[in-house]
Amino acid sequence: MAGFLLRRAGGILATLLVTSLAVFGSVHLAPGDPATFLLGGRSASPEAVAAIEAQYHLDDPLPVQYVKWAGGVLTGDLGRSVQFRQDVADLILARLPTTLWLVGYAALLIVLVGLTLGALAALRPGAVDRLVLVGTGVATATPAFVAAIGLVSLFSVRLGWFPAFGNGSGLGGRISHLTLPAVALALTFTGLLARVTRASMLEELGRDHVEVARSRGIPGSAVVRRHVLRNALGPITTVTGTVVAGLLVATSIVETAFGLSGIGQLLVGSVTVKDFPVVQAVSLLVVLAFACVNLLVDLAHPLIDPRLSHAKGAAS
Amino acid sequence: MTVLPLRRHRPSTPARLLGGDRLVTAALAVLAVPAVAAVCAPLIAPYAPDAVDLSATLSGAGAEHLLGADQSGRDVLSRLIHGARTGLLGPLLVVVVSTVAGTLLGVAAAWLGGAFDALLSRAMDLVFSFPALLLAILLVAVSGPGLTAPVLAMSVAYAPYVGRLARSAALQEKTRPYIQAYRVQGWSGWAICLWHLVPNIAPLVLAQSVTNFGYALMDLAALSFLGFGVQPPTADWGAMVNEGAAALLQGAMLPALAPGAAIVITVVAFGIVGEALADRVARRER
Amino acid sequence: MAAPLLDIEDLHVRLAAGRAARPVVDGVSLHVASGETVGLVGESGSGKSVTCRAVLGLLPRGAAATGAVRVDGSDVLAMSAARLRELRRHHVAMVFQDPRAAVNPIRRIGDFVTEGMRAAGVPREAALGRAEDLLESVGIRDPRTALRRYPHEFSGGMLQRVVIAAALAGEPRLLLADEPTTALDVTTQAEVVSILARLRAERAMGMLFVTHDLELAAAICDRVYVMYAGRIVEAQSADGLFARPRHPYTAGLLGATPRLGSELPPRAVPGRPVSLAEAPAGCAFAARCAHALPRCADEQPVQREVGGARVSCLRAEETADD
Repeated sequence: MAGFLLRRAGGILATLLVTSLAVFGSVHLAPGDPATFLLGGRSASPEAVAAIEAQYHLDDPLPVQYVKWAGGVLTGDLGRSVQFRQDVADLILARLPTTLWLVGYAALLIVLVGLTLGALAALRPGAVDRLVLVGTGVATATPAFVAAIGLVSLFSVRLGWFPAFGNGSGLGGRISHLTLPAVALALTFTGLLARVTRASMLEELGRDHVEVARSRGIPGSAVVRRHVLRNALGPITTVTGTVVAGLLVATSIVETAFGLSGIGQLLVGSVTVKDFPVVQAVSLLVVLAFACVNLLVDLAHPLIDPRLSHAKGAAS
Repeated sequence: MTVLPLRRHRPSTPARLLGGDRLVTAALAVLAVPAVAAVCAPLIAPYAPDAVDLSATLSGAGAEHLLGADQSGRDVLSRLIHGARTGLLGPLLVVVVSTVAGTLLGVAAAWLGGAFDALLSRAMDLVFSFPALLLAILLVAVSGPGLTAPVLAMSVAYAPYVGRLARSAALQEKTRPYIQAYRVQGWSGWAICLWHLVPNIAPLVLAQSVTNFGYALMDLAALSFLGFGVQPPTADWGAMVNEGAAALLQGAMLPALAPGAAIVITVVAFGIVGEALADRVARRER
Repeated sequence: MAAPLLDIEDLHVRLAAGRAARPVVDGVSLHVASGETVGLVGESGSGKSVTCRAVLGLLPRGAAATGAVRVDGSDVLAMSAARLRELRRHHVAMVFQDPRAAVNPIRRIGDFVTEGMRAAGVPREAALGRAEDLLESVGIRDPRTALRRYPHEFSGGMLQRVVIAAALAGEPRLLLADEPTTALDVTTQAEVVSILARLRAERAMGMLFVTHDLELAAAICDRVYVMYAGRIVEAQSADGLFARPRHPYTAGLLGATPRLGSELPPRAVPGRPVSLAEAPAGCAFAARCAHALPRCADEQPVQREVGGARVSCLRAEETADD
């Protein structure tokens, strides 16, 4: 187990190293002079150019530049935004709550609705199954931004139930402002999780030990809970992890569609105006979150299936 | 052997449950519509995609403009038809590049094994640990918007999926006696791979690629929605949704909903065909 | 005479409608008394497993069963879901063919052994204590530790002992054993059989032992039923069966078993086993039978008493004198 942990941590470090190199290097890969590029191609005063050159140590050799930049990132110095003339760390911190609420809300929807629909489809062959299959087939084919405009046109414009734009304040305001974005963000992934849950549960339902449990007079609900759903958790967890890990970057689409000021919108806005320090910082954050969620999933797997933990030798 | 499957619960595939071959035929017919639109756009579109009719601005569906006109007074149907070009070309490029590259790398990894295989698997893991959307956004940040950066990023992101599939299929195929027989006869590894191994795993890979087409279409449309794809005034489904979104609040639904519906319908159809193909391959294997 | 523990009367089972619709059991009648070990022998596809599972009310999805399967006089086929659970928890238990498949691989052994008791309302601690005793009685060393282990840490033979222990947890009066040794190594088969036989005797249970191995059945059973293509073709005492098989199929099975120290090489039963669905109108075995007459293909033999055995063969009386 310890060796497994070390290997995984090493993998994450390697990923972050490569990512940081790519993120750092992208500035230099871009055509033209890095200082001009970092200024987003704007015409700038010589002082501004000098400030950028100093901040990015552009006079140093590349490896030195990287080490200095990476050292800054590790100590929380993410640089200054060209566009906002503010520390990138502050920009991110101010927008993080909205994005985390959105991701949390969407993740909750995905897991609750996806699992329920998938389980229903697996346990009720026939009409219910077909209905879920049609629904999830359409859901997985609906990109978040299409879902967003569909939801806005129905629930904001026609029915006026939810606001179409903005962050909202307070718990109630947050929830009402984030409901449509969360649903839009969750739709595709809910369909995906439902399909995976259905397939995984159907496979488990066909296993002998499920029949054996029934033959021993265990009530149907307990059989489903303890032997079908429990055993189907492996693939379900994998997919949930991948989906949730990807939500952070997927928020860029939904936040743009709903005019939410969060990390995703910050990323998109910064790319559009070539505010590179912000792009670099958000990218690193996204990859770090992605790696951490995937690590959690890897750690969960031996708990779900004891056969995967090789710590104990075979006995008797 | 008395193992009796008491619940005869053949996990039937969604495609078969929902109508089987008839559904696939319908999906193919649906797919023919954007394909024809893309190829013959100038011939069938009632207007030029950027022709402006200010008197029709935000008009709903009518005889003049079947799907109405957008905020700038451009005909939505014509833009939809022209939008099929970039809408389908992007994913097509992604699928072709990722399929060719993925197959090549996957088969090479399986055939050569050893250090090459290990190195390639590491590299694939690395790509997997990087969200595709972020890769595309970064690439756009560096090289600017347009079709190139998103297509390149998605090709890189999709290739490992194809590669992993091709590798495992090739590994299985490699152990089959007929491959051994060709080896004994003195065929070169290249020739065996090219003439025998690749054709045998091709159906499996192609089924995956058809499914990928739909996903690539969604991803590229999303990037286009963010303004990172082809630039205005070129008609593109994702960009049309973005441009039309503002008109939603003024009560004009079609400029945004029509391209949105086009995306969903096309992706659903690709999903159905991909699933049916995968199902057929799986049945053949059995 | 009191009602036998298990009494199957004229059981017919048809599989679900649709493409797979076909009869699999045709007019099976058998009984098991308390304290008796009864064998049910046949090739795969003969319907013996379906018959055995029908005793627990476990029929394939959508299958239709007619006739009666009475346990202590009450008909299993007519039971409500709640009565069925009651039956499965307290009265009838089953040991399955492949312990690897029968035990949920991701739950602890303790969970598996106590699950039935817990469902019946036994408190956790008491159930675990009983599970320990049960594991000990099937010869598992250090049962307390074993309860916390996972199935993959056990060998197939050990796991089958666990399955037996779990089957005994509800103190059933009837034990169904569905090919309990088929999936095991030859060396552990004998151990598992002897454990089953010992526990059956200790607890005075009735046992229905399903197997394809006629010799094994004859060795441990009091009486044996032989099934072919969904019908019972012969029933008699184990000794009688072994000494004097009355049905040509039984004789063929015995002749096909290789024996140490025998002068004669084993002779295979010619042809392949047929299922009930493809059987001809008359005797299902006719096509493979060395003694078949033309009328065997048309006329279905009636089961009757011949020389102490019950046989379904048109020529049973003639061949009895061979």
